[in-house]
Amino acid sequence: MKIKMQDISKSFYGVKVLKNINFDLEEGEVHALVGENGAGKSTLVKILTGIYLKDSGSIFVDNKEVNVGSVKDSIDLNIAIVQQEIATLPNMTIWENMFLGRELKNSWGFLDVKKMKEITKEKLINIGLNIDPDIIMGTLPIGKQQLITIASALLWNKKVIILDEPTSALTTKEIDVLFDTIRKLKKEKVSFIYITHRLEEIFEISDRISVLRDGEMIGTNKTSDVEISDIIKMMVGYTMHDRYPKMKNTSGKTILKVDNLTCEPLYRNVSFELKEGEILGFSGLMGSGRTEIMQTIFGIIKKDSGKIIINDEEVKINSPIKARKYGIAYITENRKEEGLILDFSLSENIVLPNLKAILNKMKIIDHKKQEKLAEDYIKKLDIRTDSPKKIVQTLSGGNQQKIVVGKWLTTNPKILILDEPTRGVDVGAKYEIYEIMNELKEQGVAIIMISSELPEIIGMSDRVAVMHEGNLRGILNKDECSQEKIMTLATGGK
Amino acid sequence: MEKIKYYVKQNTPLFGLFVMMIIVTIIDPKFIQLSNISNVIRQVSINGLIALGMTFVILTGGIDLSVGSVFALTGAVLAKMLINGVNPLLAVLLTLGLGLVLGVINGLLIAKGKLQPFIATLGTVTLYRGITRVFMEGRPITGFKSKFVDNIGRGYVLGIPIPIIILIIAVLIALFITKRTVFGKEVYAVGGNEKTAHFSAINVDRVKIKVYALSGLLTTIAGIILMSRLNSAQPNAGLGYELDAIAAVVLGGASMSGGKGKIWETFVGILIIGVLNNSLNMLRISSFYQDVAKGVVILLAVLFDRKKYYK
Repeated sequence: MKIKMQDISKSFYGVKVLKNINFDLEEGEVHALVGENGAGKSTLVKILTGIYLKDSGSIFVDNKEVNVGSVKDSIDLNIAIVQQEIATLPNMTIWENMFLGRELKNSWGFLDVKKMKEITKEKLINIGLNIDPDIIMGTLPIGKQQLITIASALLWNKKVIILDEPTSALTTKEIDVLFDTIRKLKKEKVSFIYITHRLEEIFEISDRISVLRDGEMIGTNKTSDVEISDIIKMMVGYTMHDRYPKMKNTSGKTILKVDNLTCEPLYRNVSFELKEGEILGFSGLMGSGRTEIMQTIFGIIKKDSGKIIINDEEVKINSPIKARKYGIAYITENRKEEGLILDFSLSENIVLPNLKAILNKMKIIDHKKQEKLAEDYIKKLDIRTDSPKKIVQTLSGGNQQKIVVGKWLTTNPKILILDEPTRGVDVGAKYEIYEIMNELKEQGVAIIMISSELPEIIGMSDRVAVMHEGNLRGILNKDECSQEKIMTLATGGK
Repeated sequence: MEKIKYYVKQNTPLFGLFVMMIIVTIIDPKFIQLSNISNVIRQVSINGLIALGMTFVILTGGIDLSVGSVFALTGAVLAKMLINGVNPLLAVLLTLGLGLVLGVINGLLIAKGKLQPFIATLGTVTLYRGITRVFMEGRPITGFKSKFVDNIGRGYVLGIPIPIIILIIAVLIALFITKRTVFGKEVYAVGGNEKTAHFSAINVDRVKIKVYALSGLLTTIAGIILMSRLNSAQPNAGLGYELDAIAAVVLGGASMSGGKGKIWETFVGILIIGVLNNSLNMLRISSFYQDVAKGVVILLAVLFDRKKYYK
């Protein structure tokens, strides 16, 4: 099936978010759609899937103009979308999830459970998952759930599948399975629109790349004709020579020592040291225990045994309040659920960890101080907003992430732990976050960065600790760091 | 025009109150007389104090079903103390302390026992009521004499009924707490997103315990006012009062899931209920129909208000 979107425009509240966009999809093609957050990618695919209505322009399917006025219209056209945030029912089984709302019935009018399980099993094997359809969805890792969601989309004989950031929760192995599946389906003439922030991926899987910026189509190129740097240039509108800032070695004395920290079954016998002015990267697959170690240091998860030593003194941290007292800040990977109060304003969010900072001499909240503090950090972190009173939900992912970082900078941390600081953040904002980290590092802040993106971990860290299934497999120095070496350790190899 | 529309939309409860007052005045001009208005506020002072405490609880995303029983138990204990000749001022202070403790128990069950607020206070509403009945042996306590306690419910200062003064002071303090204290900010944060609050080094447990304690305290003040007005403590006092208090908070536009709501809006909600009760009485509508009318008004108000969040 061929799709052509011609001269598509769309405005929200008088702001043009799509300006005369032309986009087309060939049969059996993987067409990557990239652009910074807020560039208009999601809006464009939402028009194609009937969630939004276009203001003007036309959509053609196999050269015939069609009307996509509702989600049902797009389903009838065999267009499916797999959303970035997976929507499964965690308490139901895999097959119940797969057939949700479209259950098969036998001739008596009752559910044909046997048949549904059989089909599920078959589809799971198709995507390389040999697991029981009776497993409860919520007990599976996110990556597997994501693959199953994709399998469900395939179940209904779709001809066009839109994948919105499909790999953000997948392990390398699962990504390989996904890509194999995509390649197989391409041969069956299924077409894909592939949205991602991970540029390396699109060069592996896509046939063509389209770049959107500020609601305009900057260009469509054959993947084989361009390089990553070309795409980045198109995305941000200027040339970015380096993806990472120049880093100096500013390591000072040891500030944090973790000794044999154990919390079964999450991780065990973890020991490492962190120096002032150093960035220690933490690599490993999802579920390898990285986040849990950091949350223990931050007082959210209780340890079974082991020691946390700050400035040569053993400390007991049983709450984030204690952690803050020792100068520790933890910036969560989960900004929507744990980092922000989405329907509060920017300034209300930024002051949360340090409410005392906005008290006046009488120990009364001073709203001017609150606005001032927010404005300082808006300037410092270059948060793009027209007012500190703006509700954070309305800001882009990159700006939201800067707020989560900023709110902890108000406490002047000595030890800053960043958990996936650039997830779901566009290239321009990513670089800005790296620069903030670099600046803090030069000021002597000790930084731990958890990241699943290998180029990022290698580009930013002085040393890289690699986790595998709850064990710290090794700490690599900058000069011995390579993607292969990290992956080998992270997957349990020697 | 657009601006006015927006303003009305943002302040639906307040305009609802105005519209109601105008309609009632047209039907019966006596309504708008100062003596009647003062009467309305005095009548709402009891529900008003409870609703103020409830606002804090609801702002954290919780609910306090136990207020009616706290109301009865603290009133009973005060009456007993007075009959036994305890110094009235001391008796009142001890009673306030008891109300605080009953609230703290709710808070501990919720914060430390990790019970859902609905379940925890569903338990204590029955428990506290039971203790009240055991304590009073099922009979009202009457016949105590104390000028001091009498004044709380029936006295005047500069011609203003003391319950109104207490309510106004409580509203002002509550306004100050929500707007200008760290605790106030923390209350909103816990209700806005409990996880984020926890991850932002806010002591979520302590905030929760405090709001239930506050609810217990304000309810106790309300209980003392009623006891003073009736000059007796009743084993069934305060039955169903939690519903009126929740209604006032919701009429004011607060969200039951927490994080959204304002003290002055609750105050408007309290007045709406007061004006409704007062006018239905003035129009001599039977109490059965009064409940029907109240239910309809609550539903209409909430339906209108939903549009503010879901447009």
